[in-house]
Amino acid sequence: MSNARSAILERLRKAPKKPVPDLAPWSPYKTTTEQPLDRFRRLMGAVKGEIIDTKRADLAETLRKVLADKQAKNLLYAPNTEIGRTIDAAWATEPGPQLVAYDKPMEELKSLMINDIDAGITSTMGAIADTGSLIVWPSAEEPRLMSLVPPIHIAVLEASKMYDSFSEAVGKLGWNKKPPGNTLLISGPSKTADIEGILCFGVHGPKQLVIILITD
Amino acid sequence: MPELSHDFEHAAVKALGNQQLRTNFRRVMTGLMNKRAAQFPDPDELQALRSRGKSIKDRALAKLPDLLVQLEQNLIANGIQVHWAESVDEGNRIILDILRKANAKSLIKGKSMVSEEMHFNHFLEENNIRALESDLGEYIIQLAGEGPSHIVMPAIHKNKGEIGKLFQEKIDGQGYTDDPDELTAAARRVLRQMFANADAGFSGVNFAAADTGSLVLMSNEGNGRMSTHLPSMHIALMGIEKVIERLEDVGPLISLACRSATGQPITTYVNVISGPRKAGEKDGPKEVHLVILDNGRTRIYDDPQLREGLRCIRCAACMNHCPVYTRIGGHAYQYTYPGPIGEILNPQMQGIEKAGDVLHASSLCGRCAEVCPVKIPLVDLIVRLRRESIRPSADAVKGGGSRKSGMENVIWFGWKTMYANPLFYRWGTWWLRKIGNLMPAGLPLLKQWTSVRSKPQFASRSIYDLARERGIRDE
Amino acid sequence: MPMSKNPLPGRPDTVYYFPTCLVDLFYPEAGMAGIELLKRAGTTVVMPGQQSCCGQPARNCGYYEEARSVARAQLAAFPKNWPIVVPSGSCAGMMKTHYPELFKGMPELPQVQAFCDRVFELTWFLVHVMDIKLVDKGEPVRVTWHGSCHSMREMGVVEEPKDLLRSLSNVTLVEADYEKECCGFGGTFSVRLPEISAAMVTDKVNNIVATGATQVVSGDMGCMMNISGAMKKAKAPVKGRHIAEFLLERIGRGDA
Repeated sequence: MSNARSAILERLRKAPKKPVPDLAPWSPYKTTTEQPLDRFRRLMGAVKGEIIDTKRADLAETLRKVLADKQAKNLLYAPNTEIGRTIDAAWATEPGPQLVAYDKPMEELKSLMINDIDAGITSTMGAIADTGSLIVWPSAEEPRLMSLVPPIHIAVLEASKMYDSFSEAVGKLGWNKKPPGNTLLISGPSKTADIEGILCFGVHGPKQLVIILITD
Repeated sequence: MPELSHDFEHAAVKALGNQQLRTNFRRVMTGLMNKRAAQFPDPDELQALRSRGKSIKDRALAKLPDLLVQLEQNLIANGIQVHWAESVDEGNRIILDILRKANAKSLIKGKSMVSEEMHFNHFLEENNIRALESDLGEYIIQLAGEGPSHIVMPAIHKNKGEIGKLFQEKIDGQGYTDDPDELTAAARRVLRQMFANADAGFSGVNFAAADTGSLVLMSNEGNGRMSTHLPSMHIALMGIEKVIERLEDVGPLISLACRSATGQPITTYVNVISGPRKAGEKDGPKEVHLVILDNGRTRIYDDPQLREGLRCIRCAACMNHCPVYTRIGGHAYQYTYPGPIGEILNPQMQGIEKAGDVLHASSLCGRCAEVCPVKIPLVDLIVRLRRESIRPSADAVKGGGSRKSGMENVIWFGWKTMYANPLFYRWGTWWLRKIGNLMPAGLPLLKQWTSVRSKPQFASRSIYDLARERGIRDE
Repeated sequence: MPMSKNPLPGRPDTVYYFPTCLVDLFYPEAGMAGIELLKRAGTTVVMPGQQSCCGQPARNCGYYEEARSVARAQLAAFPKNWPIVVPSGSCAGMMKTHYPELFKGMPELPQVQAFCDRVFELTWFLVHVMDIKLVDKGEPVRVTWHGSCHSMREMGVVEEPKDLLRSLSNVTLVEADYEKECCGFGGTFSVRLPEISAAMVTDKVNNIVATGATQVVSGDMGCMMNISGAMKKAKAPVKGRHIAEFLLERIGRGDA
């Protein structure tokens, strides 16, 4: 181990001790007057996240409509997921915008992804009502860049997976056990106010976030 | 008497003369104050949340050495490589070594105030590695060759016209526009290619959770994700005070930071990094490094009162609400951190002899401490450091005592003699009433006062005389 | 019915008065008005002649020893267990919140703490302890308020003085933009960094003038010396007043 490490730790250990205080009582947002899903809709709407309600059986058709509305000529998708299989099946009977499978390492797809993809679709682990956030856990099947690089991010959210707060989600998802290499909260499309404090969307991440909300 | 540096005052006076700058800051800071206020409609909820935030950080600080060790163990178990640096030089050298080993020639950066402490970009340029800022505000000031004027909105001193001209001049094929959307799109175009081609990505860290070995990064633009997902290597840099006990504690801290900073419930992205790309995964960096920097923080930690400053979560609410910062902007503060938190950190990191003049850049109005989401008693710490600057206690602060002044000592001795003794007070004030109004407005101190104010008039009679006449008891 | 904030068993028969050195030197009539209001509210006022200054200027500059010497003289000047009423939130804040810091680790700390507990800001004391009721006898007037930073943030006095002003039937209270922002006085700040202080007070005056008020009222003569001085130099058509003097004028100086 380096000298810096031991020197820093030694100085900290030699410093005057202070008592370890209890955590001050505080409760995260709880459903009171506003239902969690209503709160999620309101907060997500306030940061320009679009929410489209649908039934599980209509996922592919809803996706088609979104892609047509947004004039997306192609879609980056994860073929080995439930959503991917649903899309494959639907596109097999009636083709839609070109499908681009994220089925090889980023290095082979980088240029295409950076320059030519219009939209990407991912699942979510649920959402947080408190802050109006999607919980996204990228995986080997559904990699990190799918929710980041395409200008339109389409996220599929099941209405039943609504958590009141981050704290609740951490506990229930076992987030603090052995988290995957990258986990995310996403609250709207990419934005900035770095120029005169004026709000602009789509700086580096997606310019649009469309949430397909499965209500059944 | 040592020669005092007057850099701060000169820079502040220059900034005050720049009407455009003052208008920009006033408008934006007012907007931020209003947005923050709107986020906290319930004062009880705000106080409970602040107390929670303070207790999370106080617990972490009380256990700091143990938590750093726990964090390190869990990071290593997650496949993240950990490095420790005592000084800015050591931090820079560690990162340079990592980059050289990987034969990296370019680095794309997410926002990091600690890297500003290290003058990191400059150091890398000197070593032939290109460091490109990707946060829009940081990108703008890097193009302009300037430093940040605000820790959350680094280019807020520039208006859109200035940015339009800068882009026209510095970006190939870019015509003039002052439309913020078009300017943002231009930066997106340029930086996307950089993200794709950079050899390494770099970021700061907002919170490091010891229990899971996770680095938590907040970003609105997505550059924090681009820099940490796309390049094949990610190097993160943080001060030792960023560690907290549990990932779960990030919830209230993010809520405090975002609502206090920009009046939003949360940033667009909260990016939790708990490891590099694993076998079978298709993206993510193949290597993740964390550099943990001291740079004077253990010395701050050594003093129980000054330690309170290490609770800072860098939300910038103190500067957004500071009547001095609002009028002069961030550059006048000379060193990395502007505003009230800078008045605390800069003199301690740089030494009081170098950066102590900023300690007087406060009317002690207390607005900063009132809004601080983790209840740092900023005003008390400023006064404490003023004291350290003239009468150091042991070895608490670098450059302690360097602002000692014989002249001031004489003045305060005289003041004490007059005010600590009732008889002298009566005599002294009697004389002031007699001759005070004859003092010419050009005298030192009075001259400064009367620059925009009329001369105050001493009353002809003391309140004690008036009271005796009107039958008020004196006992 | 809101809970009483009065920490005392009731209205005290006698109170101490600490007019502050600034009031003594420059604005004794403002200080006398505070005494008169306390008397009208039904208490006897005692003003010890052995007092001088709270010690704030030295403490704020880091000269704790000098501040402590001056603080000791004040501790000695108010020996009886009566409340100490101060017509300045800033000086009261110094005594109430910073004396313990000056005497930290010293044997007299318990006595100091007991002293601190007796310190009250005038308007807060009139509202919560004396429960004063005012009857306005003045002509219609439009005024604005400047709350001092220390009064608001160290003493927690925010609405009390404004409530007193609002209770006057012929007084219209208008809020200035940035009402709660510092006027730029800050004691030695105003002469150490005069340009920044000047910019702050100039903005403050402009915001006050924009309200159309003919008087600006405050509970702290430090701020008022700064604001009034700047208004006078700029020939602004607004007069600065201490709240005690203003209130006394409204209810009639002559009435017992």
